[in-house]
Amino acid sequence: MDLTFSQEQDELRKVVRSFLAKHSDEAAVRRLAADTRGHDPVVWRRMAGEIGLQGLAVPEEYGGSGSSYADLGIVFEEAGRALLCGPYFATVALAAEALLRCDDEQARCDLLPGIASGETIATLALTEDSGRWDEPGIRLAAHDTPGGWRLTGAKTYVPDGHLADLLLVAARTPTGVSLFVVDADAHGLTRTPLPTLDQTRKQARLEFGGTPARLLGAQGAAWPALERTLATASVLLAAEQVGAAAAALEAAADYARIRVQYGRPIGSFQGIKHKCADMLVEIESARSAVYAGLWALDGRDDAEIGLAAALAQAFCSEAFTRVAGDTIQVHGGIGFTWEHPAHLYLKRAKSSEVLLGTPSYHRELLAARLGI
Amino acid sequence: MELDFGPAVRDFRDELRDWLADHLVGEFAAHRGVGGPTDGAAWEVRLAWDRELARGHWLGVSWPREYGGRGLGLLEEIVFEYEYARANAPYRATGNALDLLGPLLLKMGAEEQKKRFLPPVLAVEELWGQGFSEPGAGSDLASVRTRAERDGEAWVVSGQKVWTSFGVHADWLYVLARTDPDSARHRGLTMLLLPTDQPGVEIRPIRNLAGQDEFAEVFLSDARTGADMVVGEAGQGWRTAMAALGIERGATLLPQQLTFEREAEALLDLARERGALDDPMLRRRIIDAWISVRIMRTTNLRTLAELTAGRTPGAQATTAKLYASTRHQQLGHLAQELAGPAGQIVGEDYGLDTRQRSFLLSLAETIYGGSSEIQRTIIGEQVLGLPKEPRP
Repeated sequence: MDLTFSQEQDELRKVVRSFLAKHSDEAAVRRLAADTRGHDPVVWRRMAGEIGLQGLAVPEEYGGSGSSYADLGIVFEEAGRALLCGPYFATVALAAEALLRCDDEQARCDLLPGIASGETIATLALTEDSGRWDEPGIRLAAHDTPGGWRLTGAKTYVPDGHLADLLLVAARTPTGVSLFVVDADAHGLTRTPLPTLDQTRKQARLEFGGTPARLLGAQGAAWPALERTLATASVLLAAEQVGAAAAALEAAADYARIRVQYGRPIGSFQGIKHKCADMLVEIESARSAVYAGLWALDGRDDAEIGLAAALAQAFCSEAFTRVAGDTIQVHGGIGFTWEHPAHLYLKRAKSSEVLLGTPSYHRELLAARLGI
Repeated sequence: MELDFGPAVRDFRDELRDWLADHLVGEFAAHRGVGGPTDGAAWEVRLAWDRELARGHWLGVSWPREYGGRGLGLLEEIVFEYEYARANAPYRATGNALDLLGPLLLKMGAEEQKKRFLPPVLAVEELWGQGFSEPGAGSDLASVRTRAERDGEAWVVSGQKVWTSFGVHADWLYVLARTDPDSARHRGLTMLLLPTDQPGVEIRPIRNLAGQDEFAEVFLSDARTGADMVVGEAGQGWRTAMAALGIERGATLLPQQLTFEREAEALLDLARERGALDDPMLRRRIIDAWISVRIMRTTNLRTLAELTAGRTPGAQATTAKLYASTRHQQLGHLAQELAGPAGQIVGEDYGLDTRQRSFLLSLAETIYGGSSEIQRTIIGEQVLGLPKEPRP
């Protein structure tokens, strides 16, 4: 049985945690949250150069280190703990994964090394005004012209779409859903940052006016690769959610140990102690959902991946939201202030909950897998 | 759930599978999946089945050979429980002795006690009951009042014990008693092994809410046992009791897990049959019930993987019981609701079907083995490091 972490993986966690403690502390998170771009290029380069986080799960032939999804999950858990700002999720969980899944070896060779080295920021533009993550939600039109493919229409709620050097865009061609690559400086592309409730993860609206694009793989055949990409991203987002929830609970427990009312630390009252215990039950259960997803990804069992991914999003989204809300309650008035970090977790929880589709949507994905 | 535990235990697994195929037949096969930790159904058949297992040398897989065990490791123990659960064999009637008393003696018993008591446990010749709880000592176990005094070479024990599972069948009890009359709470307690076949011991069944005489109350009036029947040290009974409650029950997680998975499958079938999947409110609860069972599976596997890798189990080992018991109750409520009016009809003599019995008995899961409130306090204090409540 290989359902536990190795010493090397414990070491990886330690390295990532101490890197992020230094480079994504509360001051850094607040600075980037307040900034429109929300990205620190210096930290981004060090993430790649010093610990190779962008290329961790990219196979070696494309310039990465070919680690497992279990390893990548550890990094996302730690990124969640630190509320890491910047395009890590967009670049690694969405764009790199989409490139790995699409049927286009040339594109992988062209584009993945830049991502792995930290040179390229990338994202996946899938959702449109409908906010849907399913296949029928993809309506943006791609036209085959003598000068090549052209995109016309809009994508929105694109994670870090304002920053990305490289945009992977899902569009509809006469034969179905196809995946395209668009350069950030392509003709006719307008990118507008969207002010977000959760300021630690930025989004943008992309308008395409006959924008030139490169087709990835076969025309009309991209949906299975995208579906798999979304499953992977669902598990990695769930890992982030669990990490962030664990950090929120730690803050709540720390506060409950020192805050005194009625002459006792409030954590000695069952009302608070049992609430904190319930938060841990949620987190450990969510952690199980995440680990099942990571093991499924490393096991490459497609049916199991779809199931575990939908389960992870359905459960972990709500778990993080509940824990983040309870963290504010344990803190009382101080937890309701802008100055205290508790609201950063709550907002991250609410934005993550819908980032790849709502928990209800994921329950239905799961139901479909179960044949009900 | 299909698990492969690797080549090292494949021969062991195959031997067990063959044995189960040959022996889990007839009356035993007719009682597949019957029984549970608090379910006394088909007691005689299950006891006979335990003896069949004993003859096959399948009890005490990881116990030392000198006491009648197979002398194998934790991994074989896990494989045994998994294959056993997979075959859906009857729930073992002697669970208490195999899972608690035996491991406790292995951990803290004197050599003479191990030699005297462990072989009859594995041969299913002596059955055991637990004498911890009292009318005034439930969650607050340290307030036990049962007294034991030395009288020459014997201990003389008086008091009342309660909630002793399958107590009416017990030949022996392991009893937590106060041996220092001036002591308070955790101090001055002693764990004693006490035979039930004597005038000073009266055991009366208590009927549980499912209509079964599963547990019992035990009245001790000058009951006697030998001076050498102390487990651990006299006066250190609290430590012994905590060791018993802290015995790592990793391997035994699997049978319960497979039962829950079967119930979740049955729930889906029932929902399909009743057309409940089109009702959005029920649909959500059905999917959530299924999610819960899958999460329990991974949580259990995490703990087992850590144990077999020689690691200390993480926080999930402490939260698992609270999650599983709560969610299993929800599953039972939902199954009863889906069954509709037909689910409200019982058989002759209050005969319950599997669904009804599992639902009713699930209500005990948030009470026994440390109630949910106690679990939350343990998680809060021992895992999260929150301060203890000041005690009066």
